[in-house]
Order: sequence, then structure tokens, then C-alpha cells
Amino acid sequence: MSTLLAGRVIRISERNGRFSERVKALSGEEIDLCFQCGGCSSACPMTSQMDLLPSKVMRLVQLGEEAVLKSRTPWICSTCFNCAARCPRGIDIANVMEALRQMLLRSKFDHLKLETVGREELREIPPIALISSLRKFTS
Amino acid sequence: MSGEHRIGVFVCECGGNIGDVVDVPRVVEAVKGLEGVVYARRERYLCSKPSIARIREAIRRRGLNRVVLACCTPKMHRETFRTNIEEEGLNPQFLEIVNIREQCSWVHGDDPEGATQKALDLIRGAVERTKWSVALEAGEMEVTPAVLVIGGGVAGITASLRLAEYGLKVYLVEREPSIGGHMIKYPKVFPTLDCSQCILTPKMASVSQNRNIELLTYAEVRGITGVPGDFHVRVFLKPRGVNVEECIGCGTCSRVCPVETVDDYNEGLGKRKAAYIPFPQAVPSAYTIDFEACTRCGRCVEACPRGAIDLEDRGKEVELKVGAIILATGFQLYDMTRLPQYGYGKYPNVITSLQMERILDVTGPTGSRLIVPATGREVRSVAFILCAGSRDTEVGVPYCSRVCCLYAMKEAELLRDRGVEVWIHYIDIRAPGRRYEEFYRAAQEKGVHFVKGKVTEIIPEGDRALVRGEDMMLNAIIENPVDLVVLCPPIVTGEETLRLAEMLKVPVDEDQFVLERHPKLDPVATKRDGVFACGMVIGPKDIQSTTAEAEAAAMKAVNFLSRARRVEPNKAFLIDEDLCDGCGRCVEICPEGAITLEGGKAVINEVVCSGCGACIPECPREALDQHGLSEEQLKAQIRGILEGSEAEIKILAFLEETVVYTAADLAGLARLSYPSSIRILPLPSMSRLKMSHLLYAFAHGADGIMMLEAPEKEGPYGRAHVISEERAEEYQYEIEDHDVDGFRLWYSKVFVPDWRKLEKIFRTYDTLIRDEGPLDQEVREALLEELGEGPS
Repeated sequence: MSTLLAGRVIRISERNGRFSERVKALSGEEIDLCFQCGGCSSACPMTSQMDLLPSKVMRLVQLGEEAVLKSRTPWICSTCFNCAARCPRGIDIANVMEALRQMLLRSKFDHLKLETVGREELREIPPIALISSLRKFTS
Repeated sequence: MSGEHRIGVFVCECGGNIGDVVDVPRVVEAVKGLEGVVYARRERYLCSKPSIARIREAIRRRGLNRVVLACCTPKMHRETFRTNIEEEGLNPQFLEIVNIREQCSWVHGDDPEGATQKALDLIRGAVERTKWSVALEAGEMEVTPAVLVIGGGVAGITASLRLAEYGLKVYLVEREPSIGGHMIKYPKVFPTLDCSQCILTPKMASVSQNRNIELLTYAEVRGITGVPGDFHVRVFLKPRGVNVEECIGCGTCSRVCPVETVDDYNEGLGKRKAAYIPFPQAVPSAYTIDFEACTRCGRCVEACPRGAIDLEDRGKEVELKVGAIILATGFQLYDMTRLPQYGYGKYPNVITSLQMERILDVTGPTGSRLIVPATGREVRSVAFILCAGSRDTEVGVPYCSRVCCLYAMKEAELLRDRGVEVWIHYIDIRAPGRRYEEFYRAAQEKGVHFVKGKVTEIIPEGDRALVRGEDMMLNAIIENPVDLVVLCPPIVTGEETLRLAEMLKVPVDEDQFVLERHPKLDPVATKRDGVFACGMVIGPKDIQSTTAEAEAAAMKAVNFLSRARRVEPNKAFLIDEDLCDGCGRCVEICPEGAITLEGGKAVINEVVCSGCGACIPECPREALDQHGLSEEQLKAQIRGILEGSEAEIKILAFLEETVVYTAADLAGLARLSYPSSIRILPLPSMSRLKMSHLLYAFAHGADGIMMLEAPEKEGPYGRAHVISEERAEEYQYEIEDHDVDGFRLWYSKVFVPDWRKLEKIFRTYDTLIRDEGPLDQEVREALLEELGEGPS
């Protein structure tokens, strides 16, 4: 089990409902339709790098647990849409990942801390890759 | 017309149920002044014995020839009243029931004046209508004491045996060379793990020996005409090349046959000869020549010791006459090549569950060796993928196929018995039902691995297939290379069943399973009289439920054929042959297919006609009318309700009489409250209404007209409801040509569970009309003139 959730008590309050609603509004996806089949994780090519599998991200969003924002998964997601193609409930999970990234970026969070990137690396990394990494397919 | 009418009106107070709101004495006094009414009185409880005795006495003593009862909904006591007046020698057509409880006192409790006025208006409508009623007799039709059972699987076999036992003639039609269906292909059945062939073959033998059952195998239904109780069925016996009576099943033909082709009995695994018998215990025990593969070399003809083979066989058509039909055509599996992520048809070690059944069978294509059929490689590990297409609203099917959890466990247990590692990947294990939870436990005891998580990727890995899926319990991915992957595909209705359903005029639901007459209370009857269904054709189910349904369908058919059919007199009819010019528009529109053209004239089959009235407005020459709901009756009632009413705003609401009328009754029962401007007139279907009826109503006082129709699937008249929707749209434009605004006609569909909505619909429409005000008097007068009635 991911350290993100280990031993955690998820105490439900009105805040949870608001968080869920926000993700729903931002993503435009019917998140409540997820019945935890796991088909998205089965199809996802990036699971080896993720701390939470896509299905678990969906579950946490359903519960409105904000700890999901601390997960690496939305940043690992390559937006290949395999999950969306396989979801039996018609949910575009990649859209949900995008919504989570948006929420973080709007809170002035930078996934990539530029000051941690060394001079050598900076010279080698193409500028477009740096920008993508900062914004991750996000406007 | 008056003078000859002696109408008696009885107004019920229903204790206080009506009397506390409606001023009954005042209504009775007013009614006495209506033309044709010779007697009127109030009753405290009209349904009580003394009251009924008084009605009967009034008919005798006062010579009443028409009776109008104003009381509760006709759905309550119509039969009682009808029987009593019939016993006094009055034709049931001369009884009118006016609903002043559910449609008046119960819904206008806060408006006694409006309720009283409305009660009087509704009674006046009935009084006017009854003057135009004519005596009609219900017809009777003899039924053919024979049943066609389509489909020779366990459902069709069970139903046929039960019907034959009862003594009815049964024609059992099966498209394959043998009966047995899918069940005969299973080595074992859950949850008892008994041998499927051991329990089914005795029943198959009984079918072949039963004198009451005529078995037509390798046959297909080509056409169905006639009416419930007397269907005419054309069955095509496909060219089989072998005389079933002569064949002794020795197998010589098959041995000498040089042609090999795909073995469809074994789900495409392995080969069989072009001269073949699908399995040793086939019924009938006769061979078949597969003419698609046969090269007509003639060796079998020479070799057959009985001279039973004819390679020139073209098949033949036979015609059967039956009274009832049972549809038991079962299911087929979803085509898994449509879900490419599973690699079915591409990877040799991905098969379907039905193919697994055949591999597990001792007489199967691999001789019960556990090998990958395509490669011959030994199988040591198997993964089952449940919901491979089921419960998926995007691809595959949205519903649960119901039997997969259990059969996967069954196949898994059989594999475990032979030392194979078995993994079942599932979303939810669904094992409700007697002995099923125990079966689940038994699978666990045998060491079947259960992994919660839907597998959506199969990846080839050397000779094996890598199953990749989440273990939902863990937040981890499981990658498991196995020798064989078994897909559990959705259970779907076959194309041939859909073709049959269309031929039978039996609707299917959005999942393409045959729609039950009522999903709870009438589950094996279809929407069509005399046509029943059982087994997978009405939805995925196990063998227990299938046989239970088959028994039920057989008894429904027996019931249906046990007496002559009553033919209600409320049919459409051609007023005068000379009026009909044979344009055929009524033939086209009739939802029941009851009208044909004979000698250039419309002929209406009285048994098939459902009395929906859809044909009547369609006739450009106004040559059609309806018994029991004639043009005169309808117009008189419209006029009676509206003309002479003192209400400020009058809205005439036509209600579909089965579904929507029931909804209105429920609204009354719940004491919902809507404005008393709403005056209800029930009709079999809104498609009965002509444009001229609407103009007539506007001319005689309507300020708004509502057409409240039942949704297609709920109502008894099928497509008539679609027709009415299209017409209403046209009418809304057309009334504007007569200076009546389009909003003065309302059309919507209401179904019973929606009955609370009726209150809102009525309120909304009343407010709309009230805001716009009554219809202009000049418009009314112009309409009257147009209708040739002049200002009244």
C-alpha cells in the first residue's frame, strides 16, 4: 500500500463533498459512476511509476480526500487515454488527472522546482521539455 | 333522436367522499332538466346491494333504456354494474360511467363550486354520448389447439413436454440438426456439477417418442400470419440430404465422406466431415449433409445401406396452424473479435467460455486433453476474464450477463480437479441464488485464485498470454503469464431471434431481449396475445430459472387455448364500401396489421384490430368509424361536456384510457389537487383523434385541449402512440390556420409511475390558458360556421 495512504484515517466532512464537486466541475466527468473495476489500471502503461493506481485516484476523488493532490500519479499520467478507452462506465480518467493538475497549478504549485535542476542538466534538457514538465499539458 | 331515449342517471355520494365536495342534490336537480333524462336520483353508496337493486328496479319499472352512473372510477365497479344491467336485458353499450370521485371531488376538495359544475358537465357529456350508443355483441373465436415452440434447447424441450403431457399438439422447430441447444454442449452444470448430458438426453428422447410432439429439426420459421388463437406458420425444412425416417445413424456416410470442415458444434474447434451428426446422442438420431461444404462426390450415396441420402434435396416448406407460440430461441455469445484488447481470434491461447466447455468435455475436440487447441500445447494455468464486455456502457453491453460468475467457477473447479492453476479476474462475484454461495465457497476450497479487478489487456508472451490487471485489494498490478485465457463474453440475443421477434410483432427492449408483458407480474407473456417466451430470450439466466419459465410459458399457452377467445366489439369498421377508394393509407398506418385490401376495398380483421382508432383520422374519405366509440358518440360527448358549462375556463383533456387514466386515478387517490377546469375524456389512444374533433371542441367551448398519451412500451396499442405524437405535432400547426394559437393544444406522454407529474402538468397548462384567457368568441363562431353548424 502506498505510503500516502498507510494508516490514514479518512474522516469525512463537508469539505470532502466540496472537493469532489470541484474535481467533477473541473473535469466534467461523472466521477460517481466509477464502480472500482480496475480496468483503467490494467490498461495504464505508466503504473510502474505511480504511487497510486488510477483506480485508487478515482476512489479518493469520490471520497473527496484531498491527500490525492499529494500523489505523483497525475504527473506521471502521460494522457495516452488508454484508461478512458477501457473504462466500462464512460469516464475519461485522463480528464480527471488533468483536473487534479489544474487544481495544484492554481494553488501556485510547481511540479518541477527549477532551482533543483543543475546547470549541466539545464543545458541538455530541451526548453520545451522544461515547460511541459512545469505545466504538464496544462495551459 | 330524443323521445326514444329513456335515460336514468344515478349520482353517488360515496358516503362523504363525493358528497362532501360535490353538491349532489343540486347536480341531480340539474340533470333532471337534461333532454332524454326521465329519471335521476342520488345514492349514498351506489355500489351497495340496495342501490344496485334500485338501479335494476328503475330499469324495469320506468323502462330505462340507457343508464348513466356518476360515481368512482369505472375501474372499480364497471364489471358489477355491467353484469347487473345485462341481467335486466340492457346491452352493456347502454351503460355510461362518469368518474366524479377520482377526477372531481378528490382532486378539487378546495373548490366545491368548480367540482359541482364539472360533475354536471361530465354527466351531461355521458348523457349526450349515450343517446348515440348502439347495441353491440362481443364475438367469439375458436382457437386452434396446437402450439408452436421455436427453439429446441432446454427451454423449448421443457415447454414442449409439458404441453404434450397436457394433450396439446406441439410443433417443435429447431434450426440445428439436433435438439439440445447450448445445454447439451456443457460437460457439467452448476451448482450441482451433475452431468448435463445425463440429465438432458432422457428429455430429448422423450421429445422424439412423444406422439403429441412433431419435431422439425434443421428448420427455420419463414413467416407468421393469422391472429392469436389461429396463427399460420410457414416453416422451411432446410435441405438436409438425409431422409430422417430412413437414416439408422450407422455413420457409414460420414466415414466415406472425404470433405472436412469447421466443427460448429465444437464452437469452431476441430473439424468434422461434411456428412455428420453433431454428437452421438443427437435427436433425431440422423445424419446431415452440410451442403455448404459438400462437393457432391456421391460416395455417401453409394455407401448408405438404407438409400437415405439425396444430394438433390432442395428442402421444403410446410405450413402449420397453431393457436399459440412459445419463443425459446435462447442466446448467443457476443462476438469477441469486436473487443480487440483481448486478442480473441488473434492470439491462439485466448478462447471463449463456450470453447472451454467443449475442451472439458470427454467427447470434445481435444478428446478432453487439456491443450491449447490451436497449438497443441499443454495447459497448466488458466485465467478467466469475467465481464469481458458485460457491464460496459461504452463497448459491449451495459447489463450483467448473470451466469458468467457461476459457470467460470464451474469450469475452474473442473480444471482444479485436474491440477491446473486457475485465476478468476472479476469486478464483483455475483452468486445470489440457492446453493450458489456454497458453490463459490467450494471453488475457493479447491484453490481457485480470485482476483478483484477487471482485466482490459492481454499481451502475448512467448507461448503464453500475459494477463495484466489490477488487484483492487492492493493498489498493485498483477501480471500473470498463463497458458490459456478464457473470456466470459456478454450473453446477447441472436440475429435470428430478432428477425423472429419482428415477424411475431413482439417488441424487444433496449438490450434486445424480448420485452415481457409485465416485468414482474407477467414475466413469460410477451406484449402480443398468444405469444409467450421463456429462457435466455427474455434475458440471461441459469438453467433452473429457464426451466421454471418454460413450465410457466407452457401453462400460459394452455390457459390461452383453454377456451374460445372473446372478441371485444370496439373495432374499427368501414362505414360504406362505396366510400372506400382503396388508397391503402389505413393499411399502412394500422399498428396491428389488421387491415388488408381486398378487391380494392379495405377489409378489417375484427380479431386482430385492437380498437386503437389510428386508422380513422387517416382515411381521406372519412369512410372509417369505430364501434362503441363512433364519431357521433365522441362528438356528442365533447359537446355535452363543454356546451352549457358555466366554467370560466374549460380544458378538455383526452386521456389514454389504460395507462394515463390509471395515473389520473392514482392522483385522485393521493388527493393531489389540480384546477377544476380540467375535464377528462378517455380514449383508447390519442391516435383516434381527428383534426376535426379538435376544431369541434374549440367551437363548442374548449379553451385548451390536452392529449395525454401513454409511452409506447407501457400502453397496450404499440405503435399507435408514435402515430399520435406525429399527428399532434401537425395539429398544432394546423389549428393556427383556424386562428387558434398552437399553445391551445398540449401533447405529452405520461406513464403510471409518473402519476404525480399529472398534477403539475394540469396546473401548468391551466395557468397558461388562464393567462392567455378564453378562446375568442369570434374564432368560435367562425369555427362553428366552418363546421357547418352555424352559431348556436
